[in-house]
Amino acid sequence: MNLDFSDDQKLLQEEAKKFLTKEDALKINRAVMDSDKTYDQDLWNKIVELGWTGIRIPEEYQGLGLSHLELCVIAEELGRQLAPVPFSSSVYLFTEALIEFGSEEQKQSILPKLVTGDVIGTLAIAETNSAPTINNISVELKDGKLSGTKIAVPDAEVATHAVVVAKNGDSVSLCVADLNSDGVDITVQRNIDESRGYYSVSFNDANAEMIGDEESGWSNLEKIMDHAAVLFSFEQIGGAQASLDMANTYAKERYAFGRPIGSFQSMKHKLADMYVALTLAKSNSFYGAWALSSDAAELPTAAATARVSATKAFQLCSQENIQTHGGNGFTWEYDCHMFYKRSKVLSLNLGSLPSWREKLIKSLEQANIKL
Amino acid sequence: MDFNDTPQEAEFRAKCRAWLEANAELKTKKTNSAKNMNIGNKSLLEAAAEWQKKKYDAGWAMIHWPKEFGGIGATPIERIIWAQEESKFNVPKGVYEIGLGMAGPVMMEYATDEQKERYLPPMAEGKEIWCQLFSEPSAGSDVAGLRSKAVQDGENWIVNGQKVWTSGAHFSDFGILVVRHDPSLEKHKGLTFFFVDMKSPGIEVKPIKQLTGGSSFNEVYFNDVVIPDSQRLGEIGDGWKVAITTLMNERLAVGDADGVDANEAFELAKKHDKDGEQLIDNNAVRESIADWYCEASGLKNTKLRTMSALSRGDTPGPEASITKIVSANKLQAIGNFGMDSSDMSGMLMNEESDFIKFQMAWMGAAGLRIAGGTDEILKNIIAERVLGLPQEARADKGLAFKDIPSGS
Repeated sequence: MNLDFSDDQKLLQEEAKKFLTKEDALKINRAVMDSDKTYDQDLWNKIVELGWTGIRIPEEYQGLGLSHLELCVIAEELGRQLAPVPFSSSVYLFTEALIEFGSEEQKQSILPKLVTGDVIGTLAIAETNSAPTINNISVELKDGKLSGTKIAVPDAEVATHAVVVAKNGDSVSLCVADLNSDGVDITVQRNIDESRGYYSVSFNDANAEMIGDEESGWSNLEKIMDHAAVLFSFEQIGGAQASLDMANTYAKERYAFGRPIGSFQSMKHKLADMYVALTLAKSNSFYGAWALSSDAAELPTAAATARVSATKAFQLCSQENIQTHGGNGFTWEYDCHMFYKRSKVLSLNLGSLPSWREKLIKSLEQANIKL
Repeated sequence: MDFNDTPQEAEFRAKCRAWLEANAELKTKKTNSAKNMNIGNKSLLEAAAEWQKKKYDAGWAMIHWPKEFGGIGATPIERIIWAQEESKFNVPKGVYEIGLGMAGPVMMEYATDEQKERYLPPMAEGKEIWCQLFSEPSAGSDVAGLRSKAVQDGENWIVNGQKVWTSGAHFSDFGILVVRHDPSLEKHKGLTFFFVDMKSPGIEVKPIKQLTGGSSFNEVYFNDVVIPDSQRLGEIGDGWKVAITTLMNERLAVGDADGVDANEAFELAKKHDKDGEQLIDNNAVRESIADWYCEASGLKNTKLRTMSALSRGDTPGPEASITKIVSANKLQAIGNFGMDSSDMSGMLMNEESDFIKFQMAWMGAAGLRIAGGTDEILKNIIAERVLGLPQEARADKGLAFKDIPSGS
């Protein structure tokens, strides 16, 4: 029985934590929030230099050839310190899609550049304010040309490429588009988290290349989403832990009625509830990491379980962290709001909490899995 | 990461399994249903004694104990493996858990060598049943506020008072007991710990009828009960320290709430239909089941993380502290859901129907949220011991016990 990370993986996590602390990623996140930027170039360059963008990329494509587990521990640290970089878009979404579904030629031309940072990728799914389904995708791929508009595409400005979900005749396909090519228009969209960039991307007969089987675009997308759900769940538990730690520190330092507010039972129970939610989420994320790294048949169930628990935990911890801080928690000056906003963005980016609960139940219906 | 046993663990599991298969029946869906809710039932006592003796004779009764007391010196991970395998079989439960889980460790730590030799083997063999006498009418969550009095009289102590919520007192041979030897000292300092022969003159046991209708618990009255000083465990005034050893073990012993879970809710929702529509097609139902599934999965994987630490020879983290809070509340919610699913007939009880398990869950959960530490106390423990938050300001601090306000 070993539902835990190896000593090497824990060491990697410790190094990631030290690096992000030394760089003061949280402070950089605040600086990004206070500026027009949507990410930090300097921090991103350093992350590329450390080789993190190539963790999962096989050595034959100049990557590190490590497993998803190494990616999970990095994700937890990025989430803990809210690092404002396009890592999740490029690594959890784009790179995973390339590794899973890219042709040999596509892998050879793109994967080495993801390692060096010459290519930064993202994934374009949403089009309207309804959840995307196999039936309502209208961006169209025809004769190698893409037309239509995607919205809420993360990091599209810094990204050089995107995997785009497109209608292709009667089916849905995935294709790769060069975002710097003719016929691509990118417009920033205001969003709730000032440290993240979301964009509308319009394609007007832009060149695109199919990735993966023409007919299997939707099921391939679901697989990419399952991978991403597990990886993001580690960002979420990292953020939830940071929120709980902040609340805990404040509850010990802040005095009211002549004693630390953390000595009031109402505050203790609040923090205990946060701890319970976080512990459940963490254990489910470990389970998701196992399913992802071993390509288990349970992955859809494990990913949805990790996603639902981690979303609930981060939202609870970040919102109750504000509550614990009282009026201070509502100010721009305190860090609480950065976690609150990130938790909501992360709860929506792969589809909402209700939609993942629904995925979980569907996976249970299909797989007949028992606890 | 993997879910596999190490080769040694696999070998041990196979050994457990082989013996269990030769000596007990695997659980089936039918035998797994809510039965034997009332442990005062005599046939259960006999069945449990027989099973305990069988285990003892083969060395499976208390495997983590040293050989001389009937164990095999098993490691913590082997203990879990044995429990996992035994739980797959239809064997009697509910008679020995308290004695073996709580009295056992205290006797092991504080009794003299002669006492250990005298009492531990029969405890493991199931010849003698032990109970735990801590709670009192005015000392529940604040168990250190207990009032039963012990007065020293030469080689003996004379005990007067009342205990409550004592599981199995009516069929127990011995009990572990905390009493107040000096009310002029501070609350935690005036306590002393003993073990007592439950057949001693002056002990009177009265069953408590629970809201389920059953009686697992008792009131135990002490009227001038004589306890030899040789049966004191720990020093005079160390009662709280000794009790804490037991309470730590109680949390492990109570653990997970048995009964209906996300799977049963899911099965029920698939079976039930309303005007031709299955309950599982209702969005609110789907969302609730998804959340229960995530909680159940979170608890299961938390246990696996604890096991992983034990398997490596490490000390597990504090994760296990969440188990009872989450499982008891989930049980109550699923019990409610099950009954709601039958609408107006949800209240009707039928012993023959499998549906009764939702009703029993709903009733039982109300007690589980209290037994072995209320939700509120457990949250305090998480806040104080895990998160390091300061203790609540207390009105009884520094006062002699007799001067503490009691509201009466």
